[in-house]
Amino acid sequence: MDRFLFLVGTGVARGTVTALFALSLVLIWRAARIVNFAAGAMAVVTAYVAVGVAHATGGWWWGALAGVVAGGLLGWLVERGVMRFATTPLGGVILAIGLVMVLQSALGILVGPQYVPVAPPVSDRPWTVAGVPLGSPYDVLTVAVALGLMLGLRLLFTRTTLGLQLRASAFAPEVSRLLGVRVARMRTVAWVLASAVAALAALLLLPTELGLNPHATDVLFVLAFTVAVVGGLDSPGGALVAGLGVGVLMSLVTGYLGASATPIAVLALLVVVLLVRPQGLVAGVEARRA
Amino acid sequence: MSRLLPARPVPRTLVVALLGALAAVAGTFLLDPYRNYQLALVAAFLCATAGLTVLVGLSGQLSLGHSALMAAGGYGYALTSNAVPDAPAVVRFVVALVGAAVLSGAVGLLLGLAGARLHGPYLAGLTLTLVVALPAIATTVPGLGGDQGVRVGLEPVPDALDRLVALEQWQAWVAILVTSAVLAALHVVVRGRTGLRWRAVRDDETAAALAGVAPGRLKVLAFVVSSVAAGLGGAVLCFVTQSVTPGGYGLATSLLLLVAVVVGGLGSLAGAAVGAALVVLLPWLVGTLVDALPVPSELAQRLDGNLALLVFGLLLVVLMAAAPTGVVGAWRTARARRAARRRAGPGGTHPSAPGPSAPAREDVTAGSPLSGTESEA
Amino acid sequence: MSMHRTRPRTLAVVSAGALAAALAGCSTPAASSPGVTDDTIVVGTHTPLTGPAAAGYSSISKAVAAYFAYLNDQGGIHGRDIEYVVKDDGYNPATTQTVVRELVQEDQVFAVLNGLGTPTHGSVLDYLNENEVPDLFPASGALLWDDPEAYPWTFAYNVDYTTEAKALAQYALDEGGDDAVFCVLGQDDDYGTDFVAGLETVLGADGLAVAETYAVSDQDVTAQIGAMQAAGCTHNFLATVNGFTARAVGTAAKMSYPAQWLASSSGGDYPTLVGYLGADVAPVLLEGFVSANYLPFSPDSEWVALFQQVNEEYNDGEPFTGNTVYGMSVAYTFAQALAAAGENPTRESLVEALESGDVTGNGLMPLAFSADSHRSFDGVGITVVADGVQDYVGTAYTTDSGDGAVEPYDGEAPAPEGGGVPAT
Repeated sequence: MDRFLFLVGTGVARGTVTALFALSLVLIWRAARIVNFAAGAMAVVTAYVAVGVAHATGGWWWGALAGVVAGGLLGWLVERGVMRFATTPLGGVILAIGLVMVLQSALGILVGPQYVPVAPPVSDRPWTVAGVPLGSPYDVLTVAVALGLMLGLRLLFTRTTLGLQLRASAFAPEVSRLLGVRVARMRTVAWVLASAVAALAALLLLPTELGLNPHATDVLFVLAFTVAVVGGLDSPGGALVAGLGVGVLMSLVTGYLGASATPIAVLALLVVVLLVRPQGLVAGVEARRA
Repeated sequence: MSRLLPARPVPRTLVVALLGALAAVAGTFLLDPYRNYQLALVAAFLCATAGLTVLVGLSGQLSLGHSALMAAGGYGYALTSNAVPDAPAVVRFVVALVGAAVLSGAVGLLLGLAGARLHGPYLAGLTLTLVVALPAIATTVPGLGGDQGVRVGLEPVPDALDRLVALEQWQAWVAILVTSAVLAALHVVVRGRTGLRWRAVRDDETAAALAGVAPGRLKVLAFVVSSVAAGLGGAVLCFVTQSVTPGGYGLATSLLLLVAVVVGGLGSLAGAAVGAALVVLLPWLVGTLVDALPVPSELAQRLDGNLALLVFGLLLVVLMAAAPTGVVGAWRTARARRAARRRAGPGGTHPSAPGPSAPAREDVTAGSPLSGTESEA
Repeated sequence: MSMHRTRPRTLAVVSAGALAAALAGCSTPAASSPGVTDDTIVVGTHTPLTGPAAAGYSSISKAVAAYFAYLNDQGGIHGRDIEYVVKDDGYNPATTQTVVRELVQEDQVFAVLNGLGTPTHGSVLDYLNENEVPDLFPASGALLWDDPEAYPWTFAYNVDYTTEAKALAQYALDEGGDDAVFCVLGQDDDYGTDFVAGLETVLGADGLAVAETYAVSDQDVTAQIGAMQAAGCTHNFLATVNGFTARAVGTAAKMSYPAQWLASSSGGDYPTLVGYLGADVAPVLLEGFVSANYLPFSPDSEWVALFQQVNEEYNDGEPFTGNTVYGMSVAYTFAQALAAAGENPTRESLVEALESGDVTGNGLMPLAFSADSHRSFDGVGITVVADGVQDYVGTAYTTDSGDGAVEPYDGEAPAPEGGGVPAT
């Protein structure tokens, strides 16, 4: 039982960060109906900016702020500069793949492949409850930031005019255009938001990893894509549930069956979920409400 | 020229395939061993890209995991070949090819069944997770050799040809033979009734169902056909390199296959050929050019490998921005425009839209997977 | 009319000539020593320069190239400069196949040196041996490389994982005390399995309380460390690469889990670990850290002083880590073999020189190549980190990669002669 609690505890924080990154993918999917394959590479670029600023100013929070701003800026640049050439969704995927190559190799040339360790802003020593290490202050911070962000986005989407316009542009672009919504601008806004969210997610992940390097978000992206699909690409809430589920599953499988079995377990989960609900866990409900 | 070929489609395809194979075989005499090896690689990837372009372009299902199907073919080839070490070489090769086709077809069947109800990115996610799980599968399932994979013995040049033909040339011949057969088979299927039904399902599944076509079964069939093609490509790779490893068939390879298919021209076998050639030869070409650049040594260490990747990525972005329908698509549009201009005559009005072949191009990409317009919203 | 008759004949003659020329071009007999001219010798390697694996390994080929540059400045070997062609394979075995063929057929290298990785290099073993290309010193501790019957052109360099494990296990037994509980964290491939096999040979089939594994794709080892903590492990062996050694030690420290760590040479490099853990925290976390090693690494070693000097002058001030020592040692050993291969080296004479036992290398103990064994060093020494300094502690062991006993070794490590330039 101890071991079980411990494993669940470690899985939750990790799962929340993955869910946050998946949320970025969901945002872009809802707005532009494409999957942003360059999300990981873009997040890494902003992470380098953030770490650079943090080292220069000596404050992690300044670096985080810089990273989020850089993320938004990069999202705007990518959408206006590269993605607008995507006349078909598949073309968008290919453009994103090319962009990933460009970004990662440019980073490799500019900063080299070496890992840059990133220290967490608060302690990451777990509290021990009855001999079982459960969570650390950093885990709590991660979950708090992620949940707070998701709540904030939900309020944005449901309570503000901008949010209404964003949802309208995604759901019925032609009608929205007729009603005066600047659909193209809404798409850009969604990209900016999504990239900022992805930047934050990557920054939260980094202190728990070996360090920052051009390939630091490769695994995160693949996992986040899987999580987004399991949760339903249209649903932010689904991304959260799926993220937690996948995070805990991976932790349990690594603990009880060994690290080699974990990718197979994730595949099995995906197959099972999609067999029962082909549009992901939460997709059906969201579509009706939106 | 076309009057010399048989009129009926199947014999016509076979004759064209045979002639093409002979021309390629003749070409191998002009190449040195390394180029023949590259030719064999292009042929192997062509099997996979041809299958993928049929799956994505014609039946509208996006697979991000086609390298896993190539790997299945490779493992099928290797395990079967190792199981019959004493058989004569030709028998062993054919049996191993069958093994490759069976294993990759089986995996494709499973994927197709699982994916029949899935649309666009959901299917893409499933195939992506499969590719990512491949190293874990190779480690967990006994007999697959883990990270080191499975090795097969070298099939040497047969005695009759020993003095005429070098090893790499011989391997290129075998690769060309298998690829021509795969391409011919795919061409016959695509131009026949099945191809027509696939296009119907891709463009409007409900209408197709109403017309009496069974969409689920057709989609599964597309997966199986495309998987067998990819699996044979993997088998050829295993034959040429004598080994199959999970590391050689990762996510990057899968994405590269997709890039090849889209850049070449979605839905067309000629596009698959262009794409396969690009994917094998362009990185090498870029690498050679970059190596030849005069670069100060402090920078050289950072640029090693990275610069070639950077140039390749930039080329990709530029190519997709300039020619979204791929090389073959752009060429067809240009040819149609020229034909239309010729038809309009000197001083006549230019037709406002490109000619008749263009709708076929747009047709191919209209019902593309990942578009959220039909069923998701 | 006459044009129709002569054209087919001319065409036939011309095409027959072209065919003959092409065939002749294709079946060129191999030059007596490809890659060797009067002034240069060309050798090649494959290594990950891009991709996720580049971080840990791209510094090795730079160190090799730097040492070759130093040797070339001293006059080279038998008056020839050594040219090192480095090709990127991104740790993808399929790419390795292509670049190695390119090295052999296009770049016409004399030998392949220090090819990196077990799955990558393992996939080209057959090709290199079939084409009779000397395949020297692959950068991996797998047992594959020592097989003179199947792979006569391949010579190992790294001490294999099993030998290292046996030596570390013996050291742990000697130092451990009766209450020691032994556990291992290993990579989920041949590195881990070979290492565990070695441990069990010395500790007994049930000598390990817990055997955890990790996959390179998942950097979170909290579950594994938690399992070791729960089982009360006191001595943890690590069959890890440097990054995961840092993860293991760091995670254990966060969980307030003190343990004795014993790492393989592939994961026990103190400067690299400091880079991962941070210069302020590392000396504390790694106090008493044990790792196996077989190359000079003491602060007062003459080899280290020489390598540091070469690193400053020829390697653009790259950080000086275990990879630097490793790369330069490989370069020195190859140069020694080349010198022993004679004034006009051929691929055969190179292999003969290695099998004769004259090539001793610069390690803790001499290289043990012979016609029957392409195994490199017979054993390893033990290093311990004390007060932020990693140094040998005088205990060294020799053993085999099977069931043989572990014997203590007390030979002297040779000092550099001739400024690190092999005598010709």
